[in-house]
Amino acid sequence: MNKPERSRPVDAALAAEHGLKGDEYKTLLEIMGRAPSLTELGIFSVMWSEHCSYKSSRLHLRKLPTKAPWVIQGPGENAGVIDIGGGLAAVFKIESHNHPSFIEPYQGAATGVGGILRDVFTMGARPIAIMDALRFGEPAHPKTKHLVAGVVAGIGGYGNCMGIPTVGGETEFHASYNGNILVNAMTVGIAPADRIFYARAAGIGNPVVYVGSKTGRDGIHGATMASAEFDDKSEEKRPTVQVGDPFTEKLLLEACLELMATDAIVSIQDMGAAGLTSSSVEMAGKGGLGIELDIDKVPMRETGMTAYEVMLSESQERMLMILKPGREEAARRIFAKWELDFSIIGRLTDTGRLVVKRGGEVEADIPVDPLVAKAPLYDRKWEPSRKRPVVEARSMKPPMSPAEALVKLIGGPNFASKRWIWEQYDHLVRGQTVERPGGDAAVVRIAGTEKALAISTDCTPRYCVADPREGGRQAVAECWRNLVSVGARPRAVTDNLNFGNPERPPIMGQLVGCVEGMAEACAALDFPVISGNVSLYNETNGKAIMPTPVIGGVGLFEDWRAHMSAALRAPGETLVLVGATRGWLGASAYLRDILGREEGAPPPVDLGAERRNGELVLTLIAARWVSACHDLSDGGLAIAAAEMSLAGNLGCRLEAAPPGLTPEAWLFGEDQARYLVATRNPDLVLGAAAARGVPATMVGRATADGALTLAGANPISLAELRRAHEAWLPEYMAA
Amino acid sequence: MKAVIVLFPGSNRENDMAAALEAASGSKPQIVWHGDSELPKADLIVLPGGFAHGDYLRCGAMAAHSPIMRAIVERAQRGTPVLGVCNGFQILTEAGLLPGALMRNASLKFVCRDVHLKVENSQTLFASRYEVGQVIRVPVAHGDGNYFADEETLDRLEGEGRVAFRYCSPSGAANDNPNGSIRAIAGIYNETKTVLGMMPHPENAVDAAMGSADGKALFDGIAAALA
Repeated sequence: MNKPERSRPVDAALAAEHGLKGDEYKTLLEIMGRAPSLTELGIFSVMWSEHCSYKSSRLHLRKLPTKAPWVIQGPGENAGVIDIGGGLAAVFKIESHNHPSFIEPYQGAATGVGGILRDVFTMGARPIAIMDALRFGEPAHPKTKHLVAGVVAGIGGYGNCMGIPTVGGETEFHASYNGNILVNAMTVGIAPADRIFYARAAGIGNPVVYVGSKTGRDGIHGATMASAEFDDKSEEKRPTVQVGDPFTEKLLLEACLELMATDAIVSIQDMGAAGLTSSSVEMAGKGGLGIELDIDKVPMRETGMTAYEVMLSESQERMLMILKPGREEAARRIFAKWELDFSIIGRLTDTGRLVVKRGGEVEADIPVDPLVAKAPLYDRKWEPSRKRPVVEARSMKPPMSPAEALVKLIGGPNFASKRWIWEQYDHLVRGQTVERPGGDAAVVRIAGTEKALAISTDCTPRYCVADPREGGRQAVAECWRNLVSVGARPRAVTDNLNFGNPERPPIMGQLVGCVEGMAEACAALDFPVISGNVSLYNETNGKAIMPTPVIGGVGLFEDWRAHMSAALRAPGETLVLVGATRGWLGASAYLRDILGREEGAPPPVDLGAERRNGELVLTLIAARWVSACHDLSDGGLAIAAAEMSLAGNLGCRLEAAPPGLTPEAWLFGEDQARYLVATRNPDLVLGAAAARGVPATMVGRATADGALTLAGANPISLAELRRAHEAWLPEYMAA
Repeated sequence: MKAVIVLFPGSNRENDMAAALEAASGSKPQIVWHGDSELPKADLIVLPGGFAHGDYLRCGAMAAHSPIMRAIVERAQRGTPVLGVCNGFQILTEAGLLPGALMRNASLKFVCRDVHLKVENSQTLFASRYEVGQVIRVPVAHGDGNYFADEETLDRLEGEGRVAFRYCSPSGAANDNPNGSIRAIAGIYNETKTVLGMMPHPENAVDAAMGSADGKALFDGIAAALA
């Protein structure tokens, strides 16, 4: 449907092919008062696509807390903005590129990174870090290896060339992603707090300027593709995937920041999904103005492109801006220096209409306000997920010893080191990476200051599918905990909601549950949502992914030297477990990977305990009473201790389970709100915990014997543990 | 010391380099645009890391023909010290200031990690603060760092003490080569040892808190020699 026949009448059938439902087309006719032209139909269809209009999720997204004294800009702009003091702001957002990455992994992932970088530098910020949350199908699936290789190369290819470090993320494998992988990319940037650029157009008569790459026919209807389910023919959609050019984007970044240092720009918007259509409509809509575009002036790299094609193209590395009158030539010189196209393609008007001309003829004439305001909004039917029974640890028959289980877990796809991935990303460029990939959270210094940011992306989809509300709470809590573990004050989050088809009530129930759980946790932890993205229809042939609301969190250090790592530092130090352990094995990694059972209710999240325990840990780190800290999550105490040992290249010994708990529940239980810290002053740590009413117990110590020892078992040498941890991914990719 | 860093479209480690040079010498390097044909007076010319011209065609190939390169070649021939790191090394080979070529990594993948280097010659203005045989730890970050030259050139480089650094294991004993470089070569000098090209990034190893400070001696040495 790239090029519908011009002669074909625009009617409900053609609208349906554009993804517009019957009612939606009726609303369109009411707004227009006549049948639309093909270009007008194209504009409505992308603006009202799920991807651009959030029509299924908008009603529920309103439940998320978005305010705090430090929030400068919440959801609704290209990216969210928080005040980090010293006259600086952190600007960040996460965005999915799931559908394109499945169809064409290298370009899909690369342009995903390119898009999120543009979202951040559009706001006037210089990007300082990229994170990627990736989810692939099961390793044995015939497509998985090819997708991993392509996505990782694509992310690296784009970010490395841009000179923005990719500092972390997460990678998970599960059969529910066999037909729909998830590629969620997050970018964090820094801007002067009083020099943030917004999308709101202003100034009737002001020039509308197009800069960046030329427009081609790539990506036409990408937003519509991202708003439909896959079937067996989805790979035929390859032509709708855009092609990235990170070199041009690097030039665009430098040129935009150079122009932003002057006062020539009124407003600016990147051309992402739905390209020129969505950027021009959003700018005009936010400013309450009209906009007139002359398609003949748009730089094009192909001949014979129609207005329809130009308005819907998703060619990459393009920006639209409104300049102050008289600044055109100064701006043109900057873009000429960086060898980028610069073209005045229109003016702001007082008509409130989007008018698109091609060859002197009006191809589209749409009132902007109803195009935006009357976008469909659905209160879709939803069913709550059925509660799962609690799985009792005592009912389990362990097929192997805890030591064997630990080695198996840490050498399995989901716990194995992701070094093979992050070594393909330049995670050191800019010279500010304090905590490299592989820890709880990345820590990146802010050049020219003492400050640093901690960044983490988190979600535990198996909890979300087991109990969406609890899973939503847990995703936020785990992200908050990861930031606390490195000693940062958690500040705000961006969210990437990845779900199946919202027209199916059980899927909609997952979305509603996750969002409500997230809202509770964000409120309880003073962790507002400042930006985000929703990706629906992650289904193939009716099979949905696990609900995957990825939380990207940012925390702040006033002094970067205060950061903490998970690496054990000194033999003899005591390991203290902060938080209460009930030995919760329902929906755990142990149950899945060792017993082959994906069942049971997930661990409940006590937000009061999360807050209390986290505040204690922040105090302990600030007082330097602990020398290492790690949050307990997947795989529980045993995995946390093993990771701390491997990171510090020091052994450790864990004591036996307390009375009433099986060894498996003690070692692999996934109770929430827990941290493992190493200290040479256990009395101080236990005393501080007691004073705050936080459960804390001594559970072991760091050793000099180069082995990890579980009570009553033979030591596992670190060499063996490391081999298991490091071998899986490279061997899988090489096989 | 007055250092000039040349900025190509696509350079991305120019600020890392500037910070390392400024910390060592106390003076801020001047950043010069590749399109300029005038090169300011300089004690040191630096070609930083990045992806000049997107690495399209071949890494460094287009940058080698930038207007400023004519002046750089002239100055280098007259003895002005030139340091090229990563993409800068690639540009120096393309411009003919250093022999050999940097090919795609043997793994065919980009690699970013700490590596160990053995200092092969400390009798140069760049490496005077190192000992011969000393092992230092610095990161690499490249997709095309696989050094290649013909046997005759390699023998000459070795015979003339023009191998600057070789990849090695942490103890220095074994070969731990991240990219397949022939004879594990990580950096080389020109005939007069006033031009140094190297793939690893000493500018990202100047602070122990960020992983390693082993690269600092390179900049301290340069600053002392050119003070």
